[in-house]
Amino acid sequence: MSQSQSYATILAEERRGGLRHAALVATVVAICVAALWITGFFDGRRFAEGLPALGQLGSEMVPPDFSRWQHWLRPLLDTLAMSIAGTALAVVISLPLAILAAPNTSPNPLVYQFTRTILAFLRSIPEIILGVIFVAAVGFGALPGVLALALHSVGMVGKFYAEAIEHVDPKPLEAARAAGATRMQVITHAVLPQVFPQLADITLYRWEYHFRASAVLGIVGAGGIGFELMAALRLIAYDQVSAILLSILACVVVVDALGARLRKALK
Amino acid sequence: MLDLDNVTVRYANRVTALEDASAAFPQGQFIVLLGPSGAGKSTMLRCLNGLVRPTSGKVRSEREGDIFASAAVLRRHRQQTGMIFQQHHLIGRLTALQNVLMGRLAFHGTFRSMLPLPRADRLVAIEALDRVGLGDRALHRADQLSGGQQQRVGIARALAQRPAAILADEPVASLDPATADKVLALLHRICREDGITAVVSLHQVELARRYGDRIYGLADGRIVFDGAGQTLCGASLDRIYGPSLKTSVQPGQSQPPLKMAKTA
Repeated sequence: MSQSQSYATILAEERRGGLRHAALVATVVAICVAALWITGFFDGRRFAEGLPALGQLGSEMVPPDFSRWQHWLRPLLDTLAMSIAGTALAVVISLPLAILAAPNTSPNPLVYQFTRTILAFLRSIPEIILGVIFVAAVGFGALPGVLALALHSVGMVGKFYAEAIEHVDPKPLEAARAAGATRMQVITHAVLPQVFPQLADITLYRWEYHFRASAVLGIVGAGGIGFELMAALRLIAYDQVSAILLSILACVVVVDALGARLRKALK
Repeated sequence: MLDLDNVTVRYANRVTALEDASAAFPQGQFIVLLGPSGAGKSTMLRCLNGLVRPTSGKVRSEREGDIFASAAVLRRHRQQTGMIFQQHHLIGRLTALQNVLMGRLAFHGTFRSMLPLPRADRLVAIEALDRVGLGDRALHRADQLSGGQQQRVGIARALAQRPAAILADEPVASLDPATADKVLALLHRICREDGITAVVSLHQVELARRYGDRIYGLADGRIVFDGAGQTLCGASLDRIYGPSLKTSVQPGQSQPPLKMAKTA
């Protein structure tokens, strides 16, 4: 084969690669456009009618009406308490499950598979559904909210914990075994000290998330500021709705900042 | 006193790491396992504390007999047997003292060890750190120490067990030559003073000669040399390392370390 021929084959090969790439991009774009079309995004009339309504709503939201602020303090405190209690419960349940769900600490493959399945199942139930179920079971208030947050989070937190444990450095584990440590001592003294910063990280992120999620849970009657938000919406008092949303936003900013500070301190 | 009787180890991938090896490790001796990588030194050491279970053959200790007799016997045997690793096997974010305290775990039940260990154990741990010259570094994080210091913490962790024997798997392979010599001299001195049996794998011929009361030479999972350091001649080195290395490994000349990592 002459040199120019071999160059030509390389270039032809490169061109085929480029075409494959272009086809892939075109497919992804086509799927996205189809999804927008199916969900009615290209219906111009609905936007034309909707925009003024949206403008009307917006104008009713300003200025925010903070006159009922004393009535929101307790629900906001409830929401904060719900987020902390939900996180605490989730951690206590997640840690033992995560140890069973990490291949390097699980006692056997059957337990490992079983625990993984439980965690996946818990994750797959949205907390709002759990909220509805627990409100029906234990009545209105913060308690069903806490239970819903905790149970859903066990699926999430347990999985993240297990992944952190899985990637632990195996060398100190061998050292502990060599020194005569029991299986449990290997976990408590060689595994957990290594992953503590990651576990703290996951937990704090989850707490921040819980604060936002518990605001939503109030909507199904699970206590906290979400309950007030729902009441204001029902009364069509949009100026109060915007005031409550701003209050939640302020709290979220504080909680996130606090979480970031704690994470840094625990590094 | 430790004994290997006709020990064979075959791993799941059908690799035979140790073939019919019999060896005796008398109390108080400093014994070197010499050989190239993959010769079976690590496997032999891990048989001696039960981290690896032989496919056939027996591992015996003077105090416990067959170390695999039961889980309790194995745990007691490990408690009396310290281990030192090539890469220290420390937890970087814990202090030197916390790492050394790992050597005290086997002295307590699982539930007791969830609480901070008693003051007596902490004193043992500090004393062990002091022995290796790191008493003033007890509260430093392990990952802030130099390579040589980290290995000394590893030695202190083994000493904190108040062991009858210490197994050391290439304890100086990750150190530069000068530090390697210092760390090995320290280990040798302490084992002499306390009458601890030491089984130390090395690949440097010169270090083996200098410190070994007795040398076992390993090649391809077999013991091919057994004798005092002075009797390690060119012919025996051929058996351990193969004739091809004769030119590069002259008697009395140290082989360059395979890995040159952190300095002390």
